[in-house]
Amino acid sequence: MTTRNFSRRGMLKAGAAGLAAAALPMGWARPARAAGEVVLGAVYVGPRDDFGWNQGHAVAMEILKTVPGVTVIEEENVAETDAVSKSMESMINLDGANLILGTSFGYFDPFMIDLATKYPDVQFRHAAPLWSADKHPMNLGGYFSYLNQAHYVNGVAAGLSSATGKIGFVAAKPIPTVLSNINSVLLGARSVNPAATVQVIFTGEWSMPVREAEAANALVDAGCDVLTCHVDGPKVVIETAEGRGIKSCGHNTSQAALAPKGFITGAEYKWATIYALYADLLGKGEPLPNVVIGGYDNDMVGNTAYGAGATPEAIAAADAAIAGLKAKKPIYVGPLKDNAGNVVLDKTFDNYDPVLDGMGFLLEGVIGSIT
Amino acid sequence: MTAEMLTTILIAMLGGAIRVSTPFLFVALGETLTEKSGRINLGLEGNLVLGAMVAYAVSYHTGSPWLGVLAAGGSGLMLGVMHGVICSLPRVNDIAVGLAMMSFGIGVAFFFGKPYIQPSAPRLEAWPVGGWSDNPALRQALDINPLFFIGIAVAVFLWWGLANTRTGLILRMTGDSEPAARAMGVDPIRVRVLATAAGGFLAGVGGAFLSLSYPGSWNEGLSSGQGLMAVALVIFARWNPLRCIAAALLFGAAGAIGPALQSVGISQGYYFFNAAPYILTLFIMIASARLAAGQDAPGELSITK
Amino acid sequence: MQPASTSAMPVVTLGSTGWRPVAEQVAIPVGALVVATLLFSVVLLVLGKNPVQYFALVWQGGFGTSFSLQNSLQRAAPLVLTGLAFAIPAAIGLTMISAEGALVLGGFAAAAVAIPLVTGAAPVGVTLVVMAVVAMVVGGAWTAIAGWLRHTRGVNETISTLLLTYIAIAIMNFFVEGLLRDPGSANKPSTMPIGKDYMVGAIPGTSVHWGFVAGLVLAVGLFVLMRRTTFGFAARVTGGNPRAALAQGLPVGGLVVACCLISGACGGLAGFYEVAAIQGQANASLVAGYGFTGILVSFLARHNPLVIVPVAVLFGAIEASGGLIQRRMDMPDATALVLQGIIFVVLLASDTLQGRLAIFQPKGDGK
Repeated sequence: MTTRNFSRRGMLKAGAAGLAAAALPMGWARPARAAGEVVLGAVYVGPRDDFGWNQGHAVAMEILKTVPGVTVIEEENVAETDAVSKSMESMINLDGANLILGTSFGYFDPFMIDLATKYPDVQFRHAAPLWSADKHPMNLGGYFSYLNQAHYVNGVAAGLSSATGKIGFVAAKPIPTVLSNINSVLLGARSVNPAATVQVIFTGEWSMPVREAEAANALVDAGCDVLTCHVDGPKVVIETAEGRGIKSCGHNTSQAALAPKGFITGAEYKWATIYALYADLLGKGEPLPNVVIGGYDNDMVGNTAYGAGATPEAIAAADAAIAGLKAKKPIYVGPLKDNAGNVVLDKTFDNYDPVLDGMGFLLEGVIGSIT
Repeated sequence: MTAEMLTTILIAMLGGAIRVSTPFLFVALGETLTEKSGRINLGLEGNLVLGAMVAYAVSYHTGSPWLGVLAAGGSGLMLGVMHGVICSLPRVNDIAVGLAMMSFGIGVAFFFGKPYIQPSAPRLEAWPVGGWSDNPALRQALDINPLFFIGIAVAVFLWWGLANTRTGLILRMTGDSEPAARAMGVDPIRVRVLATAAGGFLAGVGGAFLSLSYPGSWNEGLSSGQGLMAVALVIFARWNPLRCIAAALLFGAAGAIGPALQSVGISQGYYFFNAAPYILTLFIMIASARLAAGQDAPGELSITK
Repeated sequence: MQPASTSAMPVVTLGSTGWRPVAEQVAIPVGALVVATLLFSVVLLVLGKNPVQYFALVWQGGFGTSFSLQNSLQRAAPLVLTGLAFAIPAAIGLTMISAEGALVLGGFAAAAVAIPLVTGAAPVGVTLVVMAVVAMVVGGAWTAIAGWLRHTRGVNETISTLLLTYIAIAIMNFFVEGLLRDPGSANKPSTMPIGKDYMVGAIPGTSVHWGFVAGLVLAVGLFVLMRRTTFGFAARVTGGNPRAALAQGLPVGGLVVACCLISGACGGLAGFYEVAAIQGQANASLVAGYGFTGILVSFLARHNPLVIVPVAVLFGAIEASGGLIQRRMDMPDATALVLQGIIFVVLLASDTLQGRLAIFQPKGDGK
């Protein structure tokens, strides 16, 4: 008897609570937002715990959640179609978001440009160096870390940790960001071992674990004794390298734990630096800058702590390379030829020169082709 | 192309055939069993993905990858039973329920799989069959997972059992003609539920291979549609377990062509090399097709009309 | 006597007598939705989440505001077209997994043919019509390959369409990242953008693009074609029993290829709207799975072109509200997949009740 009564009452209570909860957001259109309060909508292209790109952003986003007066709302697995416009609009219309962070490259054009025009009171920031003041709305902007600087350090460490001088690179697609990472690994390796080569295999997809494993095996069979990669989730490549008894360099986040024997170092984004800057400005009620870009010189990229695969010389040379990058030492020291023999960079370029953002070549010493 | 390049590609294809074929083989065998009973379960992609997640999780928690394989089979069995029972209701369409079960299985796998993306679970050990060779690439290609041999054994057993046992006869009869089965005193619904459950089990084991052997990791992009493709391969293999082996090996070998060609420096048009398994299968189907192909199909199957 | 499963479903025809069959068609799916809701509520309670809040958010995110409704309709737009792309060949007994490939190649062809037209400053109307026609022709021709192989060589269309889909995606990627890559599309290889002036706008007063209206018109047109014309009748006879159709002298091969052409045209048109109304160019984002979702849409609608529209809107609403649920309830995206799975399984299982509930049977019918 008692139990029964209790449970029924309990259920009624739960029901009432549910109704109340459901009724709360029924001020439908735009929920009231206190003056000065920030509702930040973050949109990710994949799952937030992919051990790669999206996780890197999601983990760093935690910093923004600690700022008083800032509410963070998040949505994952949002495709680069009108799904992203609709998700962002839904955040604006139903949750009162006034700052939107889009973390996938393909969100920008046309989706975020159109939304920024349509919602001039909302601030939009996009994780790529695409925004320019003369072409795009002023309530839009970009932020980006130049990971190729950390890949350059990978190359230096790999060049001195490899016995054969052959480094294998599993890459997703031949786009400038990926090509820059490949070329930087080569330039890093060649800076310490002029005979080093980088062999690349493109899988054609951002995430296709079986083909990534096949590519990794093919590179090992071709004689490479260090593997690194630029795909969404580097786990498979690193584990395959470790399983084949060769060394590896990571990408995106720390994969040190996956390769206790062969891990050398890895290139890591430090989104937290940017998000902490945003958090600071939001906390003070100041506007966000349109563009934040950086690399080693302003602590926006880093390298994973050296693993068992790194030789002492490699560690010393890599540390020296990091010191150089912090002092803005250029990576692309011209003239440089592509692997067909054409001069593609006629002079030395600053690490943030926009010319490099449009890179469409593989340098001499890289084995592979982009078509 | 030099002889050395050709050797590299052939060894890569051999390795690819062995490494990549196993999940295709298990799913195709499971589907063959189900379709022989007169049902189609198009949702084995869901079993594959759920099996992969469950295997990884169980191996991680217990430290025993083989327990993971069993648990993966169990999860596939449960999805199979669900499909089998629901499709036993009159007028319910098995193809459509399969698609819905695929969404359900994948959803459950993703929902509960979040905490297992990052950790490393103990994986199945491979047998170094190629120890005799001094070519490291060949040795690697012949590091063969026991599940591959189990898959071959299951295929041979199914091929023999379907033709030579009473159970096999009942299964085939149920699939070919429901009235004939009833006349023999067989309950077609029971046969079909059991066949779908067993098929689901095999597909789940196929998933365990993905997460515990090759590529040997759990994440949401792991399968990339292999379960769906394997179901289609059953038609290609004309419901014959031995031909399922051939189809799976061919598919695995063709999948290795893309990366292998790039590794020897041939990379122009890699999108087409990567699509080699699909292009090759299509050409073989066109070349070998005949209008009578439907005769190999179980008569009660709605896909073969 | 075994009827083809894909065409054997009961169908509401405009000529049905009395209210009972229509009521049955509505009441059973609605009842199934309620059951699915209850089942999923149990799952939510086990997870410690509030089901009332969950479904209130589904309503709010899918239908509850004018913005939400438009969100659902926009997401439904491609699904209506890909649903039709599956339903038409299904009527003739073909299980075609072809809409995704037709969408991708059709969209790509539309974007490719737009390049010289836009560069040459051709009139907007002409350009859009040419793009749409090219998309439909390419989608239709690609799909017809499978129909033709089926009819002349007996190649199973389910597997050939699946294979052709992967090949279509490879073709698109090959050109988008190679020959037809716009130099400006740095990190997301794409064809040349057609530009704002050439894009299909939204239906006035809404943010829903015209693709939804195109889907509505096609749904009605194809309903009439399949239920009210000799062509449709012949197609359905063939679907029911191909041998009998051949014996009666029906042009089975022609019917098969015609249905494939219509299917591919629907898929291609969906691709056209993705390019001309959403992306403004062709790139890998065309591969969004709309073709595969369309198969489920068509099955749930029992391949009835008119029913495909509300089913597609239901899909759109679940997707539209999925984001809101992620944000408000802190649940992963996979929750929506589980809910979808449960709803579809229960809806499909409810088919077993069709024709078996006494209240819906015409009086005097002994069933």
